[in-house]
Order: sequence, then structure tokens, then C-alpha cells
Amino acid sequence: MSGATFLDISIGITLGLLTLSLLLVITRIVRGPTLPDRILALDMLVSIGIGFIAVIAIKTGYMLYLDIAISLGLVGFLATVAFARFVLQRWQIRANRENSEASKP
Amino acid sequence: MMQEFLLYLVGGILIISAVFSLAAAIGILRLPDLYTRMHAASKAGTLGSGLALLAIAIFSLEGSVVLRAVAGFVFFLLTAPVASHLLARAAYVAGYRLDERTKINDMDDAS
Repeated sequence: MSGATFLDISIGITLGLLTLSLLLVITRIVRGPTLPDRILALDMLVSIGIGFIAVIAIKTGYMLYLDIAISLGLVGFLATVAFARFVLQRWQIRANRENSEASKP
Repeated sequence: MMQEFLLYLVGGILIISAVFSLAAAIGILRLPDLYTRMHAASKAGTLGSGLALLAIAIFSLEGSVVLRAVAGFVFFLLTAPVASHLLARAAYVAGYRLDERTKINDMDDAS
């Protein structure tokens, strides 16, 4: 088997495995059960997307896809940080409201 | 001959990265609570996407592409622990409990 044939076959296998893991992660996003679980699964979804982009870059030979993969990683990191702050602040706002309601009567 | 060997290497690294991604996905689906799921996703998931970038670097062997791919890999290695640590801390402080089978909780008195 020549190198190019092996690369073609392994690209096929890789795309199949990545699709399977994408489906598993989407199952977790749908099932939840809590918000941080979904945030974590979205983070994993971004990292699987980077894998897809890298495979497509090797398949087509356009190395420009590499820049897209790196910027997707940056966006995924910022999204996770923003969501983590959202989880924290939502809890703080809820705690403040309960405190003020408890001290009212 | 060398070119041929590099193609085999790229194919092997691609398959290994996909296997890592699949392991992370199975971990996310099967583990019991958020904190153990995070342990699967942030380690195996980072290696999955980073090895794919490494495969691009070996495939092209151009200076600029190799530099960007390695920089991206290092970037993922640096940001993944930060992101999961932030999320774990926010979730713990916000009151999402650990699974009841967890034996040791070092955060018990330090929230």
C-alpha cells in the first residue's frame, strides 16, 4: 500500500471517528442535565470542530484552514470563560435576591 | 522514500487524534458528574485537537505553517486548563454538587 492510499484511508477513518464523537457530545448537550455540563460539552464540540478543520486542510491541501482552526480555538476559549463568569454571576444575583427577600419582612 | 514515510506518519497521527477525541466524547457521555466529565474533556480533548494541528505541520513542512501549527498546539495546551479550572470553580461555588461516590473533596471548607 502506498503512502497516499494509506493517507486517504486514514482520513476516511478519522472523519468517521470524529463524526461518532460529535454525535456522542451532542447527546450530552441535549441531555444536560445542568448548565455547566452543556458548557463543557460545547467546549468539547469546538475541539472536535478543530479536528474536522485540520482533516479537511490535509484532504484539500489548503493550509489557510489552519488559521481558521486556531481562531476557532480562541473563540472557544473565550466562550468558555464568558460562560463560566455567567454561571458565577447568575448564582450571585440569585443569592443577593434571596438575601434581600429574607430581610424584607 | 522519506516523503512516503511522512505520509504514513501523518495518517497515523490523524487516527490517534481521532481516537483521543472519541475517548473524550465517551467520557463526557458516560462519567457521572460535571467534574469527572471535565477531567475527560480537558485532557483527551486538548490532545485530540492538538495532534490534528501537529499532523498539518508534518504534512506541509513549510516554515510558516509549521510555526503556526506548533503555536496553535501550545496555545491549546495553555488555555484548556485555564478554561476548565474557571468553569469547575464557578460551578462549585454556584452549588453544583459532586457525585455521591466521590471520596475526597478538598474544596469542602474553602468555598
